[in-house]
Order: sequence, then structure tokens, then C-alpha cells
Amino acid sequence: MSETRMLREREGLIFERSSAGRVGYQLPPLEVPQVDPASTVPAGLLRGEIDGLPEVSEVDVMRHFTRLSKWNYSLDEGMYPLGSCTMKYNPRINEEVVRLAGLAQLHPLQPADQVQGALALMWQLEQALIAVTGMARVTLQPAAGAHGELTGMLMIRKALAARGEHRGKVLIPDSAHGTNPASAVFAGFETVEVASTPQGTLDLAAVARHLGGGDVAALMVTVPNTLGVFEPEIVKAAAMLHEKGAFLYMDGANLNAFVGIALPGKMGADALHINLHKTFSTPHGGGGPGAGPVAVSQALVPHLPVPMVEREGDRYTLAYDRPGTIGKVRGFYGNFGMLVRALAYIRSLGRDGLKSMAEGAVLNANYLRTRLEGDYHLPYDGPSLHEVVFDDSIQAAAGVRNIDIAKRLLDYGFHPPTMSFPLIVHGALMIEPTESEGIDELDAFVAAMKAIAREAREEPDLVRGAPYSTPVRRLDEVRAARQPVLRWRRPDD
Amino acid sequence: MHRYQAGQGDRRAMLDAVGCASVDELFVSIPAEVRCGALDLPPARSEEEVRREFWAYAGANAAPECFASFLGAGVYRHVTPAVADALLQRGEFFTAYTPYQPEVSQGTLQAIFEFQTYVCQLTELDVANASLYDGATAVVEAVLMAARTLPKRRRVVVAGTLHPDWRAVLETYCEPMGIAITQAGWGGDGRVDAGALERLLGDDVCAVVVASPNFLGVVEDLPALGKAIAAAGALGVHAVAEATSLGMLAPGGRFGFDVVCGELQAFGIPAAFGGPLLGFFAARQSHLRQMPGRLVGETADSAGRRGYVLTLSTREQHIRRAKATSNICTNHGLMALAATIVLSLLGKKGVREVALASHAKAEYVKAGLRAQGAGSRAKLAFPESPTYNEFLLLHDDPDGLLARLKAEGILGGVSTIRFGAAWPKGILVAATEQNTREECDRLLDALQRLA
Repeated sequence: MSETRMLREREGLIFERSSAGRVGYQLPPLEVPQVDPASTVPAGLLRGEIDGLPEVSEVDVMRHFTRLSKWNYSLDEGMYPLGSCTMKYNPRINEEVVRLAGLAQLHPLQPADQVQGALALMWQLEQALIAVTGMARVTLQPAAGAHGELTGMLMIRKALAARGEHRGKVLIPDSAHGTNPASAVFAGFETVEVASTPQGTLDLAAVARHLGGGDVAALMVTVPNTLGVFEPEIVKAAAMLHEKGAFLYMDGANLNAFVGIALPGKMGADALHINLHKTFSTPHGGGGPGAGPVAVSQALVPHLPVPMVEREGDRYTLAYDRPGTIGKVRGFYGNFGMLVRALAYIRSLGRDGLKSMAEGAVLNANYLRTRLEGDYHLPYDGPSLHEVVFDDSIQAAAGVRNIDIAKRLLDYGFHPPTMSFPLIVHGALMIEPTESEGIDELDAFVAAMKAIAREAREEPDLVRGAPYSTPVRRLDEVRAARQPVLRWRRPDD
Repeated sequence: MHRYQAGQGDRRAMLDAVGCASVDELFVSIPAEVRCGALDLPPARSEEEVRREFWAYAGANAAPECFASFLGAGVYRHVTPAVADALLQRGEFFTAYTPYQPEVSQGTLQAIFEFQTYVCQLTELDVANASLYDGATAVVEAVLMAARTLPKRRRVVVAGTLHPDWRAVLETYCEPMGIAITQAGWGGDGRVDAGALERLLGDDVCAVVVASPNFLGVVEDLPALGKAIAAAGALGVHAVAEATSLGMLAPGGRFGFDVVCGELQAFGIPAAFGGPLLGFFAARQSHLRQMPGRLVGETADSAGRRGYVLTLSTREQHIRRAKATSNICTNHGLMALAATIVLSLLGKKGVREVALASHAKAEYVKAGLRAQGAGSRAKLAFPESPTYNEFLLLHDDPDGLLARLKAEGILGGVSTIRFGAAWPKGILVAATEQNTREECDRLLDALQRLA
């Protein structure tokens, strides 16, 4: 790390590297007459060179971003146990096939007869996701999980409207990811938080009480929930909702826990988004792009967004003629590049590999749970599936909080677990190892966590001052928010 | 075991540690009634088999690289430097998560800070976010921000020349939020009439969305429109579908628009059948607290060194939940990195040169069409209107014409037929610096013979 720290001292912003007259590109010869824009466009609508854009060479750019890359921790280097985020290995064959010119360069507005391969690929992915979920159909359009939630909730709203009903409320357990309530609101609903049971699971009695009012449109629930525990009452909950004319929205962020084992379709889900960038290994890219296809039950099929890929014999079309549709939710048809990678992953794993993926993810999480129980407190002790949630209550006695444990883990060469939720756990450490890790990597993580637990008892200040070995130490987040500096400006500006 | 997973030895040792005889015991919490048998999917495949399947998909498409392509209408083919993809394929970037742990994410964070700076420079606005999904959803976020900022105003006026797909997406999102949409028509010059727009404004209008260059390729009179919008107290939103135009055309930020947003795909993102693309969003400083999406800010570490963090996150769903300014979580970070790299390579001179070359290529084709004269069945729709690199060519059978052009190795543009009867029948033709003179000449020759 000392070497990269030195590079860090030398590597400023790209704008600070600028040196007059350097260029990092060459265009082909113009070949046609130059045109003075002022001869075609009113002068008042034009601009000249943009002040502040850098002048750098290709070498400068290569070095700059290569150096930046070295200040990142990444999955390629080691375990990345962010709970709920499912940071699993990103196979390189997927990166290879997505770059085939016939896929990467394809324009979305080419006529259907020119894009049969792309449409066939999308149709195949939809069939695969139907197989994995047991649902009726799947829209591939949403760009991310939250976008999928919104799409699903818009379909539920439309289905109610088609029945001549307006129901304003959506029930959401207090253990839910923050996107659930946000998405419900942007679909025009009011959210009602449902407190979890003492076991951290869905409170069926509370759901029943709310359903009595007749104004509940849906329940949004994550299965397994954010504690990594399967919701034991999910089938009953679905039946209760359906009996009252309400819908079950299932957040599929944790679908990887039971692929090949169980089907959301059998659980009674009406809509389920699938984070392809979690369960199906498309890379997270430092914050996207993701893809959040939504699988739906028969009841919501008429309301799927347009277009849908349809097959007629051996021909595929983009179908827009769907009278009950919610309309379009984005430009074009989906994050196609992510769809390509996900289908490649599904093909590589096959039916047995997908099941073994879920088994490996669950076994790895349970192994960590067994090895770390005692050193860290387990606030809810239901059976873990793909992730396990500890808290910092043992360490808090010595003044060491989850964030301190997280920062100290960086010194041991691991990315920390998720800490920001579930909100029902104070000081959460949500650990999701995924099936990618072997026992040696898990043991190294356990050793680091145990060492930190010991340090928290014996040298709490050491943990509270971490990290020590990273390119920067703890950053002043309060200052960043109080005096926002959100862009570079020339020092004399 | 599968090559992406650990081995049987790992499994045995871990099962012993957790005290289970088999992995099935770990799933006892899942009831029988929801269980499934073997999935209806093929068995695991080797890399070579996967490759073959995807070669077949790719081979069944007509890759634009094999044609002279003049396709645009929202997705454009521009310079794609090899450096950009080489850097994008570094696992340090693409296998990292959203930078929640800034001490080990400075690479991603600094790149986003640079991206935000580029967007501010291109738009002449104060603050920009870390990306959105695409141009269509960026316009949605702008309108929703306006409705939050002016909560008593429940109407948005949208230029009739906005990309019809973007308009359709806006309708989907506005309906549940109780925001009505009014369309401002366009005139015989392919532009929104500022006077007509003014008559649609009122104290119930929270936002006005204007696209320039617009869907028809025409450059709108942003100064006049901006003035009218500001006078009505609404937020002006300048939507940009072809971002390289910002190398030649002044952005809405200069003319009083509150938001400039849209699609940055043109700076180095492959068409990829329409996704992932790259939504961008810039606004005036006064809108900072209502901005959607992630923001990266500069700060210092405990040793006083400069560093970057995600900031102002109290706007976001993971903190504010139902009261968040947007539901967005995962955005299009890697696409933002791609654009940041390409903008760095192009720099001050290149951003302008790409724009001027694209403009010149389109003007060359337009001049050729004018020279073909009144006898041609394909006519420029707005011969007197200013355009950037795209224009509408009127034709009574655009789909048939495009098929004839394709037979000669030319993807001549995008037919307006697919966007409905509201649009004049014709072909949207886009030229960029990537089109050679020979391609332009072939297009002109083919149009003369085949139109």
C-alpha cells in the first residue's frame, strides 16, 4: 500500500494534469468541406471551446485511470462480503461475449429483421427466468432493482385501476431495504411500516389487521428477508392478501438463496424483481449498471410494460400492442449488455450449477455464522440462508462500533460487511460471502474478524483509529456534507 | 463442482463445522409446498459452448459495423478509443461495488467527481449527479424534482419535439404522481414556437421540458424559450439526446434553464441494442437538496489529505426511505466512468472537433440532397432550420426505402413510422465524425436512385 500511497500523492485530478497543446485522440480526416457553425446556426445558440476541459495525452489518461483503479478494493482481489449485495465472481467469458460486434454495436432502432439474434437472446433469458421463478412472464426492461420495484408497483396500481379500484396503501416490513418505500411512493402509494416479530420476521397478525381496512394495495416483502431468514408465513401472507384483493410484491434481492430449491411462483408472488447484478453475476461496476427484470403472475401479465419480446414460429418481434400496459418505463428495451452477461452465466452454470450456487451461498454463510458466533452477537437466531447478520453489542461495551470494525477489516485486507441496514438491527454487520469463496478465504476472513474482536477488548483505540494501511485514512464526511464541493474548479475561479 | 464455485472438500469440511450431514439440512426452513424439482434449463456448459451460442446470437444480427450507418434518434456512433475499454475491463473498476467504503474506493469516487465536473462544464450548471439510467429517466427525474420544488403546481409542459419514447416514459411516471402533461406544438420549421409555448404557461406549471437538438434534429431557440419559462416561474429543463452537440451548441444553463439533463451515450458508450446507456443530470446550486441520485463530494482524511466521499445522502432512499428525492440506488457508474475516460481523451479540443466534424458531415449530406433538387422523392423536411448532425428526410414510404438502402449496404436512418402517425413520414438521418465521405456519397447516390 505504501507504493500506491506515493502514487496517490502524485496523482491529482485529470484537470490538474492538463498541459496546453496535449491531445489524447485523433479523428479520421474530415474529407468534406469544413462548415462554420455560424453559417448554419444563429450565433447566439453556439459556443466555442469549453473552458476547463483538460488537455492530456493518451498516456496521461491511461496512467491516470490505472492509478485511480489501484485505490479501489475489488472482487477480483478478494472476498467482498457486503450483505444483500451478493458480490460474487464475475466470469470473464461474459465480458467476452458481450463485446461481440453483433451484440455490442447493435442499434436499438434497427428493423426487427436485422436484430433477430438480440431478440432471440432476450426471449431465451425470459424463458430461463420463468424457469427459475415459476412466474408467468418477465419484463427485462428495468435498469436496476429499484427500477424493477417501481415497475412492479406501477403494474399493481394498473391492475387495481382495471378493476375500478383505487387503493392507497402499501405495507412494508421495517426490515426492508430503503428502496421499497421509496419505489412505492413514486408509484403513487402511501407506505405503512409493519413492525417485525421478535424473531425479525413478517408479523402476519399485523398484516391481517391492516388488510381489514380494504385500502391495502400490496405487501412488499423480501424473501429471504434482510436477516437472511426465510419468511415462514409467506404462503399464508400471500393467501390473505389475495383473498382481500391485494397483491404480493416480492423483493428478489435475495433470490440467490433458493434458486433451484424453491419457486416464488409457488409462494404466491405477483411481482418479483430479479437483480441480475446479484443472483446472476453481472458486474456491479462501482455502482451499476445493473438490471432488474420483473417476473409477474398471470394477474399482472396484461399490465407489463411495452415492448415485450414475442415469438411467432422462429421469428421474434417487439410487441407494443398491449392495451392494459403501464406504458414505457425507460428508453428502449432494457440494459441489454447486462442481459447478455446474465444469460451467459445461466448457460455456464446450467440447472445443476444454479442449484449448487444457492447451496454454496447458504453453506458459506452458515459456516461464517458458526465460526463467528460467540465473538460477535447474533441478534436474531433464526436459521440463516445466504447471509448472516451480527451486531456490535459485544464490542460496543468497549466503545467499538460496527463502523470501527468495518474500517479495521480494511487493514486486514477485506471489504467490510453491510452496516446501513436492516434498520431493526442496531450496529448491524450483515455478512454475505456468496458461493464464490472457498474455505481458505472464509477462514482468513474469520481470522481477521476474531483478531478484531480481540483488539476491541484489549486495544479499542487501535480499532477506533482504523484504517491505517489504506490510500487515505477516515474521511471527514461531515465536512463534505456541510460545505459541499461537488466539482473541480480552477484555483483562480 | 462448478468452476465458479468451491470444491467438494470445502463443502465436506464446512458441513462438519456447522454440524450438518448434508447441505439439504440448511434449507429446512423452506416449506415443501414451495419447493421445486430440477429446473427446466440445459446442463452446465463449457466456455467454448457458451461462446458458440452467443456467436450464433450475434451472427443473426446485422451489425452496423458492416454497413454505412446513419442511425441515430437517441443512440449515436462516435469515436470509441481503445483506451476506454481497456480501462473499463480493469477488475478494480468493474468488480467493485458502489463506493460505500471511501478508504478503499477512492478510484471510483475520484472518477465520479471528475464525471460530475465534466457534466457541469458541458451544461454550464453548478451541480451534477453521479449518473442516472438513461436520457428518458433523466427527464422524468427533472420533472419530479420540479414537482417537489413547486408542490402546488401539478402540470408540466413538454415540447412536442421531445423524443417520443422519452415522452412516453414521462407519461408512465407522471400519471401516478398526479402530474398532468400538456404538449407544446411545433411549427413548420420543426421548432417549438416561443409565443405558443408562453400561452400554455401558467401558475400551475412546475416544469417545461425542451429538447435541443430536438427529435427532428432541429436546434431550438433556447434563449427565447428560457426567457418565457423563467417569466412563468417554472423550472426549465433542457433535454439533450445527442451529447456531442454540447461541443458546438450552447447549453440551457447559459439561458436560464434550471436543469440540463439527458443522454451521454454519444461519449463512448456502445449502442448495445439500447442499454446500458448513461443518463446525466445537472442543475443550479439552489436545487442541490432536491437533486435525485448519488453525489460525490471532496473532503479530507484525518491526516489532511484530499479525498472523496458519497455525500448529501440524507436525500437518498437508504436514509430517507419513503421521503427520498428518488428511489434510485444502483445507477450507471461504469458508464459514467467510460464517458469520463472518453471526455478526458477528447479534452478541450476533441469535444469541439467531434461536434464540428459531425455537423460538417451532416451538412455535406444536406447539401447533396439540396443539389438533387425538387425532382427527388426524398426531401429535407426543414430546409431552412438549423440542425446539428441529424435531420428529417420526408418520404412517403420510409420503411420500403430503408429496406432498399440496406440491400446496398446502407443503414440509412430511422423510420418515423414506428413512432406513430403524429410524426411526418420520413427518415431521421444522423451523421457523425465516424461516417466517411465515401459513405455519405453512397447514401446520396442511393437516395437519388432508390427514393
